[in-house]
Amino acid sequence: MDLLVNIMLGIIIAATPLVFAAIGELIVEKSGVLNLGVEGMMIVGALAGFAATIELGSFWAGIAAAALAGALMALLFAVLTQSLLANQVATGLALTMFGLGLAALLGQRYSGKSAPEVSKLHIPGLSELPIVGPILFGHDAMVYLAVALVAVTAWFLKNTRQGLVIRAIGENHDAAHAIGHPVILYRYVALMFGGACAGLGGAYLSLVQTPFWVENMTAGRGWIALALVVFSAWRPWWAFMGAYLFGGITIIQLHGQGMGLDIEPQLLAMLPYIATIIVLVLISSDRTKARLNAPANLGQTFFKSS
Amino acid sequence: MFRIEPRKEPSRAMAYATPFLALLLTILAGFVLFALLGKDPLKATWIIFIEPLTTLYSISEMMVKATPLILIGIGLALGFRAGVWNIGAEGQFTMGALTGGAMALALYQIEGFWVLPLICLAGIFGGMAWAAIPALLRTRFNTNEILVSLMLVYIATLLLSIMVHGPLRSPEGMNFPESRLFHDAALMPVLIEGTRAHWGFIVALLVALAAYLLLRFHIVGLALKVVGQAPRAARFAGFSEKRMVWFSFLVSGGLAGLAGVFEATGPVGQLVPALPVGYGFTAIIVAFLGRLHPAGIVVGGLLLALTYIGGESAQISMQLPSSTTRVFQGLLLFFLLTTDILVNYKIKSVRARPGAITLNRP
Amino acid sequence: MILSNMWKGLTGALMALAMFFAANAVMAASHAKKLKVAFVYVGPVGDHGWTYQHHQAMKAVKAKFGDKVETTHVENVSEGPDAERVIQQLAQKGNDLIFTTSFGFMNPTLKVAKRFPKVKFEHATGFKRAANVSTYNTRFYEGRYVAGVAAGKLTKTNTIGYIASFPIPEVVMGINASYLGAKSVNPDVKIKVIWVSTWFDPGKEAAAAKALVDQGADILFQHTDSPAAMKLAEQKGILALGQASDMKAFGPNAQYTSLVNDWSGYSISRVQAVMDGTWKSTNTWGGLKDGMLTMPKWSAKVPADVAKLADEVKAKIIAGTFHPFTGPLKKQDGSVALKDGEVIDDGALSGMNYYVEGVDGSLPK
Repeated sequence: MDLLVNIMLGIIIAATPLVFAAIGELIVEKSGVLNLGVEGMMIVGALAGFAATIELGSFWAGIAAAALAGALMALLFAVLTQSLLANQVATGLALTMFGLGLAALLGQRYSGKSAPEVSKLHIPGLSELPIVGPILFGHDAMVYLAVALVAVTAWFLKNTRQGLVIRAIGENHDAAHAIGHPVILYRYVALMFGGACAGLGGAYLSLVQTPFWVENMTAGRGWIALALVVFSAWRPWWAFMGAYLFGGITIIQLHGQGMGLDIEPQLLAMLPYIATIIVLVLISSDRTKARLNAPANLGQTFFKSS
Repeated sequence: MFRIEPRKEPSRAMAYATPFLALLLTILAGFVLFALLGKDPLKATWIIFIEPLTTLYSISEMMVKATPLILIGIGLALGFRAGVWNIGAEGQFTMGALTGGAMALALYQIEGFWVLPLICLAGIFGGMAWAAIPALLRTRFNTNEILVSLMLVYIATLLLSIMVHGPLRSPEGMNFPESRLFHDAALMPVLIEGTRAHWGFIVALLVALAAYLLLRFHIVGLALKVVGQAPRAARFAGFSEKRMVWFSFLVSGGLAGLAGVFEATGPVGQLVPALPVGYGFTAIIVAFLGRLHPAGIVVGGLLLALTYIGGESAQISMQLPSSTTRVFQGLLLFFLLTTDILVNYKIKSVRARPGAITLNRP
Repeated sequence: MILSNMWKGLTGALMALAMFFAANAVMAASHAKKLKVAFVYVGPVGDHGWTYQHHQAMKAVKAKFGDKVETTHVENVSEGPDAERVIQQLAQKGNDLIFTTSFGFMNPTLKVAKRFPKVKFEHATGFKRAANVSTYNTRFYEGRYVAGVAAGKLTKTNTIGYIASFPIPEVVMGINASYLGAKSVNPDVKIKVIWVSTWFDPGKEAAAAKALVDQGADILFQHTDSPAAMKLAEQKGILALGQASDMKAFGPNAQYTSLVNDWSGYSISRVQAVMDGTWKSTNTWGGLKDGMLTMPKWSAKVPADVAKLADEVKAKIIAGTFHPFTGPLKKQDGSVALKDGEVIDDGALSGMNYYVEGVDGSLPK
């Protein structure tokens, strides 16, 4: 039983950075923008969070710095693609390249340093419950923040006027503009929110999961987050589940090896990717649903014509 | 304040002028960057942009590096025009190298003019087969091709790793993960004596030419465009979206596979786990730098190759850390992409009276 | 060739342009008398592991010879198609001695070496040599055996966790040596191996480390490049063996000792040999004895008797009276690897592709 609980804890740690990055990108894509620079924003967030935690001595300062740094990277993307109408796909890729380089350049001073350990929340009574206690209660605050973010995002998109506008803009920016919605403004805000989330995902890596800073440490997680958004068919809770599925399979295959599971390790390492494809095929073969959710104007440049 | 106004038609002058403007802006930004790092900015700029063009060797290396970028970029551009998002060219590249390399090893020490073409065909086939997976899932199950092609990149890399650790491992290699060195008949012939530039570069140029002709004169060129820009109209005109998806994936996958097998039989000469170095992703940038036009992609591929090689030189001559090169490349791309706006739009000063100077003068 | 003439024309024009920058271009000539030494790295110099240690060697060369040498390094060079170009450029720039410090640089090094017979090359961890290409490597397994002896005594759960990258001989012999060392003092010890199929992914390495701890391991060994496992051991309050460099910064309490690759002595001696004109192509596989592998002193977590036991083994290895792979030794499948008293020869060792008897799980092919 203990082992099962521990596997769950491992999955939660592996999934949380993906949840952050994916939920941010989800909002961005809902507003009709495709930002492929998640990896770049994550790595900058990882560095900013780590550096601020060390310099200012506070975990929360680190979190704030990570969100800010991610948002600034996204702002750069927003200026290029929204105001200067640059191609989104190429700009996103360039942002990743730039972010990886920038973080490596600025991060030299911080490699080899250690940040103070993040404390786990402890809820008297609840945290001591068997099985449920350690799985549900007693994580670091970031885990709950990630879940809360998903819940708020889901609620926001569905139930608020602004959420509706974002979706409308993603569907048809010309029509939304014609009714008088400030398309560009909404997209700037969505992008910066997405960048902040990616930054938080990166900070989770450098402050909780590993926890240290070293260049290239995101090791492709930004791309996984992007894939999860598509996987979820742009539904927040599905993105959440996707992240847990992906993290789950990664962790379970590692545990399987420790227990003597006798399969080529590279084949095991493929599992999360294969599983993601299979699940997606199963969901998307229901034609009507998948297409309805995809923002119709995703990736298209909006030009305010009047 | 400035206002952006669309042009009635794209400015040709700007189309040619903007890359130079971008280069100029990058150099200016680079000056600041290098100065901040305490390096001589003039020298750094010289080493990155000009010095590689002054020796035959580095020009030949530019061709080596540009070959896969151009081949993959051309294939991707065809799909991008039709709104087919093949993000996984890196995986198709890897599979092409793997199947082509496996063929080369199967034909080990067999001579004959047909050996290399057969290897290349195997590579093309490998790339196509890998690209057929997202094409099939998209057309049959409506599965998003971005995700599937991206996931397949990771799977291909691991597959290559399994193969060079196992079945394709060199018998003389002390169990290290690498294949045999290919024999001479399985190697790409060299284009310039004493360098690594191979005939793959010429093939890449021919492919670019073929793509240009296809887009310009063949009905497929039109079909791609219509499917991409107005799917509904395309259906009325009788262009099948499914066929365009298949066409885009098979062509881009095949070209990526060809690039992979060129890489294996050209500069590397064997299969190693580190064979894929990200050309499939960089080629996406190249495709857009070239504005999805074959000629532009050739230039874009060469330019990016130049910055890679210049960046290495700057590391060697000035001990500029490799991260600086990546930042610098990022800046170059940002400027190239943003100055694009001047081609299709005019930037007008809002307060300006009619006849006042605007920024769109070439 | 027509093409090459065309390029010459083009390059001529550019050379003219070069005149403007003449002030910057004179650098190369003035240092003609210095010995030029270059290092090619597969990772970033700040990786706190493999590349970091090679960079330390370069710094040692610089410190030792001062004005007599000019050093250059290139980091983050991929083992694929780019390696050959970088090495070639370094040779063209007049470097006299070039260290290529990753296995994947082997064939590119040999190709370039053929074209530059006067330049000397030093390739780390490879097995192919030429008249101007030497190879060098460290007997990491010696340190792993010694660390294994201590671990066998230190483990309370009788389980050592091992995070492995890819099943190459280097890694396999490390697992075997660690296990044999531990078993020599603790017959009940088990080794749990998790292959992560990457050299560098801190998140995944941390996850694998956690999985091992969850399954009962209380000492972690690793053969991957990031300090993630050390960091996790620190958090969990257990012990870990440092990899490639001293990882004390990441695990002040967790690191009970470390295997430090010290390439400085070798690099300095090779530079000296080139200066003296005595450089010859050699194959060096140094270990604890030669100081190419060092182990910082045992941490306070290691009781004196355990330290003494392990130090004795270490002393015997250094003295050459004991080899970690000495028969009788059976492979995992029960077949005989070494007869009684037989010592493994270097050829068989460097191609090792089997687990020894007692290691659980099957070795990936």
